[in-house]
Amino acid sequence: ITCLVTYSFAEFDDAANLLAANPDATTISIDEPAEIPKNQRDRLQEPGREEDDELLGTDDSDKTELLAGQKKSAPFWTFEYYQTFFDVDTYQVLDRIKGSVFPVPGKNFVRLYIRSNPDLYGPFWICATLVFTIAVSGNLSNFFIHLGKPTYRYVPEFRKVSIAATTIYAYAWLVPLALWGFLMWRNSKVMNIVSYSFLEIVCVYGYSLFIYIPTAILWIIPQKVVRWVLMIFSLCLSGSVLVMTFWPAVRDDNRRIALATVGTVVLLHALLSVGCLAYFFDAPEVDFPAPLIPPHNGTTVVTRSR
Amino acid sequence: FAGLADVSISEDIPVEGEITVPVGSRSPDEDFSTLDEPVRDTILRDLKAVGKKFVHVMYPKKSSALLRDWDLWGPLVLCVSLALMLQGGSADSKDDGGPQFAEVFVVIWFGAVVITLNSKLLGGTISFFQSLCVLGYCILPLTVAMLVCRLVLLAGSGTISFIIRLLVVVAMFAWSTLASTAFLADSQPPNRKALVVYPIFLFYFVISWMILTFTPQ
Repeated sequence: ITCLVTYSFAEFDDAANLLAANPDATTISIDEPAEIPKNQRDRLQEPGREEDDELLGTDDSDKTELLAGQKKSAPFWTFEYYQTFFDVDTYQVLDRIKGSVFPVPGKNFVRLYIRSNPDLYGPFWICATLVFTIAVSGNLSNFFIHLGKPTYRYVPEFRKVSIAATTIYAYAWLVPLALWGFLMWRNSKVMNIVSYSFLEIVCVYGYSLFIYIPTAILWIIPQKVVRWVLMIFSLCLSGSVLVMTFWPAVRDDNRRIALATVGTVVLLHALLSVGCLAYFFDAPEVDFPAPLIPPHNGTTVVTRSR
Repeated sequence: FAGLADVSISEDIPVEGEITVPVGSRSPDEDFSTLDEPVRDTILRDLKAVGKKFVHVMYPKKSSALLRDWDLWGPLVLCVSLALMLQGGSADSKDDGGPQFAEVFVVIWFGAVVITLNSKLLGGTISFFQSLCVLGYCILPLTVAMLVCRLVLLAGSGTISFIIRLLVVVAMFAWSTLASTAFLADSQPPNRKALVVYPIFLFYFVISWMILTFTPQ
């Protein structure tokens, strides 16, 4: 039994066996659509999956798999239920952030770092930090760009904080909801080996936004080329985390749907960063349109600021 | 009351006596009998408690006075005065200006509630209102900074005034964060302290930013 259990743990996809062994466990984090018969196990050893499998050979992950199945059993109206989503230590949060900033090709963020313990701390506070970082950096960058100009008065632009907050929190929570719904729908039509729970998708999206925090700070530099280079760089990093997470979940599906899904994920991510750059940061070489209307009869000169 | 179900008093036993509480078991509160004292005493007592907590914040030592006898008067007074002082910031249009009174209020109270929930969800042992009390009282250095900024802005708004304001705000921000961390850190699980301290840092940073970017009419 031990060999069977160990083997099935190494095969991350066979959590269905876990459920069969322990039917009383409430598993929220890993959804398994169907049990895979043992004679099809060879099919699973494709090259693409071996890299995923070799992450999970340690004993610690075995224990976390076992415990994860029995963790979240408090009813949803108690405080303890929500405490299970904050069951992370400092080093775990830092590890997850590191994993999102330095994506290793072929290693799946969810499997490597989340491992059935999705937390809400990271997504929530990374989004909060990003909101204020973008608002503050945008304000600072506008200040430095317009600094020498005579018609410029500094304004704190506090209203932009609420706009930033709405945008970023909507992106980090509604897009995962839509994506999760879509993946669930496809799972009912096509048997996918890998599927994620809603919280894991929220986790991936939240941690993938971390790279934008230093990017937003560096966007203060008022050079168009620098800003675009930074944006493409951070888009590649966080986009690759998302792609490597979601490609295994859709690659068994119709080719076009799989590509369309992954493409949409990347496109929305790009839209977010382009939109933030365009809205919160003024273009560096904007000319103050201060047209001097030639005075008629020596009357006053009208200058228009902004 | 299940045990009393089978208790009954037969009708031929007279029931008589006095139903009064014996004098010896009076609770300490009844000794106070605050209903009879002059109103001035009542108000002064609360004011002294609030003042004592202000002193504890300005000289943060590990004392439990702030935690044990929490009250929300101090935070309310500080929040209202900070929000009032942040008024009068100018803008060409309403969208570009500084935070309005309601926005400051919401940022402070909603931020404090979120941080308290965060620390409780991470396993902290402090109670909800105690944490709100500490976070609210530790806004005191920033309120002092706002006062100083307004006075400095009366004198002028050039580069020197900006540097003075920057130094004052940074110093008060550090003071606030350190004071609240000193009070709150002990109640957190040891391997999650940084997770709890970071939102407090963010909270006071946002308030400091609002103070620093205040530009008068």
